[in-house]
Amino acid sequence: MSAAPALRLSGRATAGGAPVFGPLSLEVRAGEWTCLLGPSGVGKSTILRLLSGLGGDVAFDGVAAADDGAPLAGRVALMAQSDLLMPWLDAVANVTLGARLRGEAGRRDRATGLLGRVGLAAHAHKRPHALSGGQRQRVALARTLMEDRPVVLLDEPFSALDARSRALMQDLAAGLLGGRTVLHVTHDAAEAARLGQNVLLMTRAGITSETPPAGPVPRPFDAPETLAFQGHLQRQLMEVE
Amino acid sequence: MTRTLRILGTVLLALLVWQAVVTVFALPRFILPGPHLVFGTLWTSRALIAEHAWVTVTEVLLGLGLGAALGFASAIVMAASPVARSLLRPMLVFSQAVPVFALAPILTLWLGYGLWSKVAMALLIIYFPVTSAFFDALMRTPTGWLELARVIGARPARILWHIRVPAALPGFASGLRLAAVYAPIGAIIGEWVGASRGLGYLMLLANGRAKIDLMFAALIVLAVLTLLLHAAIDAACRRMWES
Ligand SMILES: Nc1ncnc2c1ncn2[C@@H]1O[C@H](COP(=O)(O)OP(=O)(O)OP(=O)(O)O)[C@@H](O)[C@H]1O
Ligand SMILES: [Mg+2]
Repeated sequence: MSAAPALRLSGRATAGGAPVFGPLSLEVRAGEWTCLLGPSGVGKSTILRLLSGLGGDVAFDGVAAADDGAPLAGRVALMAQSDLLMPWLDAVANVTLGARLRGEAGRRDRATGLLGRVGLAAHAHKRPHALSGGQRQRVALARTLMEDRPVVLLDEPFSALDARSRALMQDLAAGLLGGRTVLHVTHDAAEAARLGQNVLLMTRAGITSETPPAGPVPRPFDAPETLAFQGHLQRQLMEVE
Repeated sequence: MTRTLRILGTVLLALLVWQAVVTVFALPRFILPGPHLVFGTLWTSRALIAEHAWVTVTEVLLGLGLGAALGFASAIVMAASPVARSLLRPMLVFSQAVPVFALAPILTLWLGYGLWSKVAMALLIIYFPVTSAFFDALMRTPTGWLELARVIGARPARILWHIRVPAALPGFASGLRLAAVYAPIGAIIGEWVGASRGLGYLMLLANGRAKIDLMFAALIVLAVLTLLLHAAIDAACRRMWES
């Protein structure tokens, strides 16, 4: 893996003439885990898509790039908001999809290992229709972790999970993605309070940076500082508009 | 089980209506023979009918196999290459404007009275539905999957083969289901235009000799064979999607 760059996005986005967000500007620090927290429809997914080089119907006027000057293409792993599993492939084949699409060797053993770590060892050979929503989301997480990329963009990666597996997956992802530049979009103040080395709050007015408690992540979910920060973030969200 | 019963019920009802029409209007047997007579003939002429049915089945299966393979390949070429698309698409549409029926005499002239003119008819009649159903599906891959592939760094040829083609197989399958119904039509028209064997030929022959019961018997066999072919392809497509 090459060195993880910092990311910078500034500008405004429109879709069919209507504003999606901005003008705004945000920075994601190199090699750190940044949470992007904000209400629904404010443009969080659009930011991840722009950083992944996916415009779609959204017109963007500004810059979305790595600060080292090299192009981001080929350095980003994106876990989109929907799992995007291929229904004709079993879980292992979905996890090794990237290698197959690039024409590289499959590394099935690593894929099986990752599926084990997301708690799906017994489901490795099931196809998506035979998996629950939370299980599908964990396969998508494993597929993203399988991609050895310095920049990882996660769009509500744990939203379909129960509280227990959510905490376990947060620990797993934080462990495996340490040292990479991670931008993690979430609705959930508790999640941002646990995982964010930096927490960005996105509202219609723009992006503000909140200062998390000192110490390593993931933070204990029941530590007073974590809970206080969670409460603070929740308060900020309540005061939007 | 209930499905079998329902089908049996439908068949029985059709037979009853058929017999009722014959009885009520006192139709002579050279206009519309009753089911009793037709099934009697079907039984007594079973060897003759089977011999001709075998010929038609061969034509249909060959036409279906070749047409499906050709349609599969054309759709992929069109999906892969914009140049091929701009060249082939108008040709495909134009080929639809020429009624395949009108081509039957020419095909017989070119390919002779034997098997291959009928295979060509079956092939031509199914080529368009198979190609266009598959091609449309290939062009409608959900954007989410294509975007995932792009971010992952996929090569275009591999996106086609590993995502677009498998995602479009249901479209190919619906083309094949249509083809199962169309292919026998092509083969029968080919036989009508010029043949010495096959169910279409047998029907013409029986008609000419006022053996309407034999004609109906051949027609029933043709319909049953078409239904069986459709069911077999349907089952095969389901299996394909499952695995
Ligand atoms: N392709 C598009 N065409 C038109 N409008 C779009 C398009 N994509 C996004 N938008 C609009 O942009 C806004 C932001 O969408 P986005 O998906 O980025 O929100 P989000 O913050 O991720 O929301 P959520 O938390 O619900 O996922 C929405 O109002 C949406 O309607
Ligand atoms: Mg979103």
